[in-house]
Amino acid sequence: MTAVATPQQPRLGRVARVRGHLGLHTVVIGLMVIWAIPTIGLLINSFRPAAEQTSSGWWTAIVPPYQFTLENYAHVLSQQDIGTNFLNSLIISIPATVIPIFVAAFAAYAFSWMEFPGRDALFVVVVGLLVVPLQATLIPILQLFATWGIAGSFLAVWLAHTGYGLPFAIFLLRNFMGSLPREVFESASIDGASPVTAFFRLALPMTVPAIAALAIFQFLFVWNDLLVSLIYIGLINPENLPLPVSIANLVTSIGGGSEFLGAAAFLSMIVPLIVFFSLQRYFVRGIVGGSVKG
Amino acid sequence: MSDKLITTLVAVIGVPLVMIGYIWATEQVLRVVPGKYKPRVRPWLWLAPAFALLGLFLVYPTIGTVVRSLRDATGETFVGLENYAWFFTDEGAQSALINNALWLVLLTVLVVGVGLLFAVLVDRVRYESAAKSVIFMPLAISMVAAGVIWLYMYQYRPPGAVQTGTLNAILGIFGAGPVAFLQVVDFRINTIMLIIVMAWMWTGFGMVIISAALKGINPELLEAARVDGATEWQVFRRIIYPLLTPTLAVVATTMIITALKAFDIVYTMTNGNLNTEVIANLMYKQMFSFGQYGRASAIAVILLAAIVPIMLININRFRAQEAVR
Amino acid sequence: MSRKPFRLFAALLPMAIVIAACQSSASQSPAGSQEPGASAPSGGEEVTVIGTWTDAEQESFLAMVAPWEAETGNTVKYQGTRAINDILAAGIPTGVLPDLAGLPGPGQMAEYAAAGALKPLDDVLDIATYESETSPALVELGMVDGTTYGIFIKAAVKGLIWYNPGLHDYSADPPATWDDLMSQGEANQGDADALWCLGIESGDASGWPATDWIENILLRQAGPDVYNQWWAGEVPWTDPAIKTAFETYMEVVDNTYGGGTNAVATKFDLAGDPLFTDPPGCALFHQASFITGLGEFANQTAGTNYNAFPFPAFNDQYATAVEGAGDLFGMFHDTEAAKSLMRYLVTAEAQDIWVQRGGALSPNSNATSYPDDISALMGGMLTGADSLVFDASDQMPTSMNAAFWSNMVTLTAGQQTIDEALERLAGVAVDAYAQ
Repeated sequence: MTAVATPQQPRLGRVARVRGHLGLHTVVIGLMVIWAIPTIGLLINSFRPAAEQTSSGWWTAIVPPYQFTLENYAHVLSQQDIGTNFLNSLIISIPATVIPIFVAAFAAYAFSWMEFPGRDALFVVVVGLLVVPLQATLIPILQLFATWGIAGSFLAVWLAHTGYGLPFAIFLLRNFMGSLPREVFESASIDGASPVTAFFRLALPMTVPAIAALAIFQFLFVWNDLLVSLIYIGLINPENLPLPVSIANLVTSIGGGSEFLGAAAFLSMIVPLIVFFSLQRYFVRGIVGGSVKG
Repeated sequence: MSDKLITTLVAVIGVPLVMIGYIWATEQVLRVVPGKYKPRVRPWLWLAPAFALLGLFLVYPTIGTVVRSLRDATGETFVGLENYAWFFTDEGAQSALINNALWLVLLTVLVVGVGLLFAVLVDRVRYESAAKSVIFMPLAISMVAAGVIWLYMYQYRPPGAVQTGTLNAILGIFGAGPVAFLQVVDFRINTIMLIIVMAWMWTGFGMVIISAALKGINPELLEAARVDGATEWQVFRRIIYPLLTPTLAVVATTMIITALKAFDIVYTMTNGNLNTEVIANLMYKQMFSFGQYGRASAIAVILLAAIVPIMLININRFRAQEAVR
Repeated sequence: MSRKPFRLFAALLPMAIVIAACQSSASQSPAGSQEPGASAPSGGEEVTVIGTWTDAEQESFLAMVAPWEAETGNTVKYQGTRAINDILAAGIPTGVLPDLAGLPGPGQMAEYAAAGALKPLDDVLDIATYESETSPALVELGMVDGTTYGIFIKAAVKGLIWYNPGLHDYSADPPATWDDLMSQGEANQGDADALWCLGIESGDASGWPATDWIENILLRQAGPDVYNQWWAGEVPWTDPAIKTAFETYMEVVDNTYGGGTNAVATKFDLAGDPLFTDPPGCALFHQASFITGLGEFANQTAGTNYNAFPFPAFNDQYATAVEGAGDLFGMFHDTEAAKSLMRYLVTAEAQDIWVQRGGALSPNSNATSYPDDISALMGGMLTGADSLVFDASDQMPTSMNAAFWSNMVTLTAGQQTIDEALERLAGVAVDAYAQ
């Protein structure tokens, strides 16, 4: 607020700012409400008996008589193998998140800061692989896994999820690493730092927000995946199957049981939300700016 | 059961160690390479793990898909371009192509637009974390659950009956409706309703990535502009937006591809009925229900071809980015 | 600063500890028997089974195999999933298959048998006993070119008309003909909004309840021969018999609670709920035997709050024809244990266990321990029918079936005429039956 010409202007400015803030909060809270309503509807319904869920709207439950019940949650948690499947989900999801981040970071660094022939063409091919439909890969890959004897193992799905997640991971990280200022790497190189040092001490720390975002997405995709696990694990080792199988199986072959899906959805969301909240602190301003200076 | 315990330990401790160890080992290998060849060899060592996995899980099956697309359902007879001819003459495929175009435009615009708007706005409020998690939440929901949620939203009951669907209940307050949202074929409203579900889920994706980029902008840059008397709009238009462009392109490209591959929501909510068909659902039916691997493969190849222009735009963009950094 | 990325992974570390902690407690559970050879009972072979039965149905299946496990010392490793189609589509070409599995339908069964993946059962089962106890139509359905590849563990009767006795009790004088049904129905509709309830929404299978309608009408208008030739592709869609059946169906749609729009928007399992409201939305509801476990039916008492009578005749000649459906089951690996389990599953002793638990009809005429009168009636219809035919759409080529479902949705929603629907279906048939 410099260069004030007349005494009135600051006052006008403040009014405008207050009005601006009001507008800001209205838009933000408005969007939050729109986004939250569908989920709130499901959340409330997940605490209502099946007959109520289908015969009256969820909003009727927020006034008496409440008729809330924990039965849907109890039914979901009483499912056979749900504990084992939950553990399997963690065992599958953590490495299937960590491996692609490393592999993609190496590749993204090479694509951003190393010179080699065909770099752009190769990069476009990598990103283009995003469009390969997963379903088209299932049969040839299962064939290979069967030949190698790893069908049904966790290793099979770790590798598969890594492969499927890499195009996006490389695309995202290349974008963030590529936008770092050139001077940083040049001065590091002059100081005698090897590419490995530059990668771990500069490139990685400066892309932490992007890595956190990637970790969240990759974790989510793997956590919610049903098809990949079902095909690569389910045929051989059903005891290694993850949580989504338990959830999908709440609905019976003739179509009953959909009243439990809401409860199951919220139980299954807990872990991804923990991951989101714990990684959210890496979305802070200044990591990049600070690193550049340091 | 102790197997699983070992697996877990290997997974959580071993995997990162192996990854870091690999890249350290490459430098050791490079020591024996004569100095002038080092920069030529090094990139390939850094790329090797990624290329090996991509080659195995995506390139190898894709080559199979291309070969398969030239053969009949059993895979025994070479049929040339017959499967492609089928696709471009099939009535259902025509409708799916139009729907996918609609998906591509609307989904991309909604996710990039709302994601950008929200990321920029919440950057200025104190409840940023809570606000972001509300938008993010739908992404954490599985497709099955999202289908259930939106069935509650779109639910239709005959006029006169109590409306149990959220949207029809709201319409009822204003004396309108009820509308069977997923059946309105005119103007492909039902497809738009499906796209809204997907946009609701994926806006959080756009927001998180855009927000990550926003946090990377040097705050001093913005402060300096504000000190110079720039309005917030000017700050956004002149500084923030240009710096975010590459990231917006990443989100847009990803959403375009997501729209081309749109499948789960359509499959679970309408299965393509009443003109809501999309290409990926057609492919899924041909492959898993009808046993038509030739046709399914042809569709997959057509999808691959469809993104070539988008990839070319991306090449130009990256070249431009490198020129200025 | 360089430690930041590691902190990222440190965030994941607590989870590892959770896993480790849970793991040690889980290892005390009896699930440890999965270790090969570890404390397995003598006999000790494992049979892997994949089926579509989950939740309560899975429990019933496991209860059914428990006596076999106790007797032989073998164990059944069962995985339920509705994605059986995807799993087998990937499993057949790669050879990665369970020992036994539920099969998506007769079409796929023939395909898997032709590929050599399914094992013939003629030397596995006691064929003479099996054929004497099972309805010939179901035995026939499990065959490919005269060789048995599939059996039925559980079946259903289609073409039942459900009503609420509180509105009008039809049990004393169930309508024998369609005209009789229409006149009785209209006379006794009372406060109900409409005569019929209809709901054909079913996710990726939407439309099938409408195909059941067409099938049941056609079966009784034109007879089993035309019916069987129709699904086999020998009677064209444009045949007048088919068109008449479609016209009868559209009369029903016109007399439906909420009309065609509501029918397309309503999930099939909840479609009958308006029978139980006050005032009722409708007086009659057509659905298969398994509806008793779904929607509001599951909360009501059989006989008191709901009852059913068989689909009435259009033509006296075909009055006793019944449409059935069921889940086919086949064998991919012919180990001794798998063969023994297959032999056991078709017996009346085994099937009676599920019958007793409710929710299933047995294709075996000696398994009759039904928990209530309605189930017993339906079980009798299945095993006692003079002429039992199987769900026609399930026997069509899958692409024909999918088009049939989908076109019924479009037709019911009022987005195409009967003639347009039949033209489209005839067009699909050219391609579908060519393979």
